[in-house]
Amino acid sequence: MNWLTNTVLPKIRALGAKKEVKDNLWTKCPACAQMVFQRDLDAAQRVCPHCGHHMRLGAKARLEMLFDDAQWTRVPVPDVPMDPLKFRDSKRYSDRMKEARARSESPDAMTVGLGRIGGHPAVVTVQDFAFMGGSMGLAVGEAFVTAALKAVSERCPLVVVTASGGARMQEGILSLMQMPRSTVAVQRLREAGLPYIVVLTDPTTGGVTASYAMLGDIHIAEPGALIGFAGPRVIEQTIRETLPQGFQRAEYLLEHGMLDMVVHRHRLKEALARLIGLLTVREQVQAVAEIDIPEAAPTAN
Amino acid sequence: MRVYLDFEKPIAELENSIRELERTAEGGNVNVADELTRLRAKAEAMIRTVYGKLEPWQKTQVARHQDRPHFEDYIGGLIEEFVALAGDRGFADDTAIVGGLGRLRGRSVMVIGHEKGRGTEGRIKHNFGMARPEGYRKAIRLMRMADRFRVPVVTFIDTPGAYPGVDAEARGQAEAIARAIDCCLDIKVPLVAAVVGEGGSGGAIAIGAADRVLMLEHAIYSVASPEACASILWHASDKAPDAAEALKVTAADLLRLGVIDEIVPEPLGGAHRAAEDTVRSVGDAVGRHLDQLAGQDPNALREQRRRKFLDMGRGI
Repeated sequence: MNWLTNTVLPKIRALGAKKEVKDNLWTKCPACAQMVFQRDLDAAQRVCPHCGHHMRLGAKARLEMLFDDAQWTRVPVPDVPMDPLKFRDSKRYSDRMKEARARSESPDAMTVGLGRIGGHPAVVTVQDFAFMGGSMGLAVGEAFVTAALKAVSERCPLVVVTASGGARMQEGILSLMQMPRSTVAVQRLREAGLPYIVVLTDPTTGGVTASYAMLGDIHIAEPGALIGFAGPRVIEQTIRETLPQGFQRAEYLLEHGMLDMVVHRHRLKEALARLIGLLTVREQVQAVAEIDIPEAAPTAN
Repeated sequence: MRVYLDFEKPIAELENSIRELERTAEGGNVNVADELTRLRAKAEAMIRTVYGKLEPWQKTQVARHQDRPHFEDYIGGLIEEFVALAGDRGFADDTAIVGGLGRLRGRSVMVIGHEKGRGTEGRIKHNFGMARPEGYRKAIRLMRMADRFRVPVVTFIDTPGAYPGVDAEARGQAEAIARAIDCCLDIKVPLVAAVVGEGGSGGAIAIGAADRVLMLEHAIYSVASPEACASILWHASDKAPDAAEALKVTAADLLRLGVIDEIVPEPLGGAHRAAEDTVRSVGDAVGRHLDQLAGQDPNALREQRRRKFLDMGRGI
């Protein structure tokens, strides 16, 4: 291995990959298999115009979609230790990271933005499934903590848009520790009296679901999103039977009391704006915040 | 009959010869004392050698050994006046997690732990230590109660992971685990956790976000079982030994990474060879940490616990 294989090759490969997407004017809907013109799909926020299937959306597009006038500023996330376990499976983790970064606009799977939703200031933090399956390691944990503490210091709500296969295996136990870590961040918000809204998108599973994704004041999911703790394949292997129709889909979770609502992507921003408005009673926020300032003050930066 | 692990084969051979010799000696008046002493010394040296350099995958097998002390053994050996408390008050009593009040070295404590069960019947009854949502919800109920009565909480972690089943998902497995972690980090009484066998993923951290996390020398603690990790990353479950190595699952690794606070040494040849000694060592360590945490300001104690997890992994 040398710099050629480590640095240059992934970049060349990534260039190829990017070009492919650009050249590809049509996308096949994974649900109804109809071909959709790329520009139409983007205009429809990647919701299939034929069947309404919600396709996965990148972090940047998601932030533009949710903030007023598509205006937002990136909240910088402190660097975290790279490849703390020196992990290697069939490939080195550090090489996988280089490739993922070459293909992405972000250094990891979560991007934090500050802007306004329906005129209300808000922090929105978005997980990108395209970056190593949205997996949660030190960097995602750091981004989430940064987002929560930013919301506390700005005295505004936090919205998290989740999309993740779960913990990032390659960071081992340190990934598992992001579950308590992100939970402390949620507690900071709660004690500052600030709303915490979770938007669960396809797919949200594993350690992400079993920590910050299920600790919201309000849980919203996009239609058809797969949401669960164990993945369907693991469950099938355990119980050795086929899973019921619609199992672990957003509608199933709504029926089982785990969500407040399932909202179509085209109405998501409107729903968030209304909720934030209803939860932001100025005197209340201040009163609660004043009581809790000593504990709620950001401590980690 | 002692159960030997694959890598214990040379130890098994020596110990079988010892037993055979002992039987021979019983029958006649052959003097085998010298030979026995020699063989016993040899066996001990062998155990020392083998257990002195266990690989992560071997430790995984030791951590899962069927004769390793379970939660019920810790209750039996450490807790006086134990009163088991059952049920989540919502759906059922999940016996994969057992809990109750009792006294540890004279101090009133709430103990909560995974129980894997023994024998086929016991394992099925306790679902191999894999809890469903009601198990975590029971743990939450007991932690909240302890908090209300200013009783410290001690947890014993020994689980392959949370149960991956349709019913568990239907009742909100993820939400139950998330709330349990939230509860660990919310109570204002001391919380000491001991990883005594397998610390399996979300099912472990659900009762493991503690002021002090102790770990037995040959226990493992991991984001996923080596088998699961191997099938995800190597697409081959027979790569589990490689996964165990790469995942850094041993107590020494976790201490280095700042995830645990103390390693509790096991008797020579592992906890399964001397269950009572192991239980006592764990009791000593837990008792010492409870002494250290006693009398701290409740708010400061909780803030310290939160800060510890907030800072984890930053300084590596």
